[in-house]
Amino acid sequence: MESVVSRATGVPIASREVRWTTVGIVGLVLLVVAQLYGVLTSPPDRDMGHLQKIMYVHVPAAWNAMLAFLLVALASLRYLWKGRLADDLLAASAAEVGMLLTGLTLALGMIWGKPTWGIWWTWEPRLTSTAVLFFMFVAYLILRTFVDDAERRAQWSAVVGLLGALNVPIVYMSVRWWRTLHQMQSSPMTLDSSYTWPLRVNAIALMLLMAYAVAHRYRSAIMTQTADELMDRLALQGAPGGGGSRA
Amino acid sequence: MSWNDDWRRVRAVALKDLTAERRSKSGLNAVTFLGVLVLMLFGFALGPDTESLRDAAIGAIWLAILFSGVLAFNRSYQLELDGGALEPLLLYPGSRWSIFAGKLLANLAFVGLVELIVIPVAMVLFHVSVPAGWGAQLGVTLLGTIGFVTLGTFYAAMSSRSRSREVLLPLLLFPMMIPVLLGAVEASTSLMEGNVMRDAGAWIRMLLVYDVVFLAAALAVFEFVIEV
Repeated sequence: MESVVSRATGVPIASREVRWTTVGIVGLVLLVVAQLYGVLTSPPDRDMGHLQKIMYVHVPAAWNAMLAFLLVALASLRYLWKGRLADDLLAASAAEVGMLLTGLTLALGMIWGKPTWGIWWTWEPRLTSTAVLFFMFVAYLILRTFVDDAERRAQWSAVVGLLGALNVPIVYMSVRWWRTLHQMQSSPMTLDSSYTWPLRVNAIALMLLMAYAVAHRYRSAIMTQTADELMDRLALQGAPGGGGSRA
Repeated sequence: MSWNDDWRRVRAVALKDLTAERRSKSGLNAVTFLGVLVLMLFGFALGPDTESLRDAAIGAIWLAILFSGVLAFNRSYQLELDGGALEPLLLYPGSRWSIFAGKLLANLAFVGLVELIVIPVAMVLFHVSVPAGWGAQLGVTLLGTIGFVTLGTFYAAMSSRSRSREVLLPLLLFPMMIPVLLGAVEASTSLMEGNVMRDAGAWIRMLLVYDVVFLAAALAVFEFVIEV
């Protein structure tokens, strides 16, 4: 298959599409199975009853949001190092998905908090740090929309992504010193084994779906970039069909 | 390039910015006035009860500094952009970080002057007397201000050259300011109450780490920001 390669990113746009679609489908099927498994097999919690089932989305979403943020930081660092525009587009794709996941974590946490603690919001360390993380993702994405030049956008957002990543542990520590009232962190160690497996499988399913979403956004970002470059080349040459290098 | 040359460059940029500010004074007047205005608004919002005002004083001071100071940073680059002076400044030989360090020093002096007015006014409006350990309080204020001005000067290098800069800077800056705000307010409050829980030290160390980390990071990556 003939494939158009973006000059700035060096990534062919038709690459690995089928493979990622498979990952997405597997993730979706696994998520449905894991949710059913969790809802049907795990017994109601002693204190929380069936409300505990929220954990099967809330906790995997939080874990994967951290993963997305790590991806933003790594891709940003790689961009500053190598200067490939593709890394910047990858960071942006991961940030979009990360914002969605932190938003989901917060919303589910609040839905769970109201019946459990009697309040929608508490200034608890992990909740508060997640909110800060959410705002940093939002600021990162807003910065991108406010800058038109591709190289400047890439350079600036890479720096903002890196400083944001540096800030995450400091925010977490400071908020933890400030307030401490939460339920012990949910991890396979703090849980009865009947909850462990559904949680793990759900986390893996969500991770596959996240990978699919990031890959999909990345692909469309590369396509947009390639289209922009082709348009520019076309405009410069003034002749239709003149652009497009072949790989 | 020796260390001396770099220092001369830093000083030149700082003095240039401060001279421009001294000759117009419009920025300083506006920002200080806004700071005092924010304090007044807090006073109205929190009601005239002396106890609740006193409890909220330190938080109100810091928010007044953040809300007014954030306006100063974009200005620091806006003056260069208006005069078409940023490119010539970049064309001068020497390291990029010295431009950042110079602007940082000028902004520190600027925000320090604003604080010199805003803090005493806040003490009057919120019925706070001069605390016993005022030296330590000054240290906390200084550490908090350094963290604030470092990232403010850094992010303004981007926001001042993008669309909607007035919105962008606070959006970028304020989420990063949460440790500074927490650390400064908690350390000051703890010192005000005689540091009974002995926790002021931990907060001061946190502020110190924050300042060092972000000062080093900003100096290291500033050239990526200013060159595009």
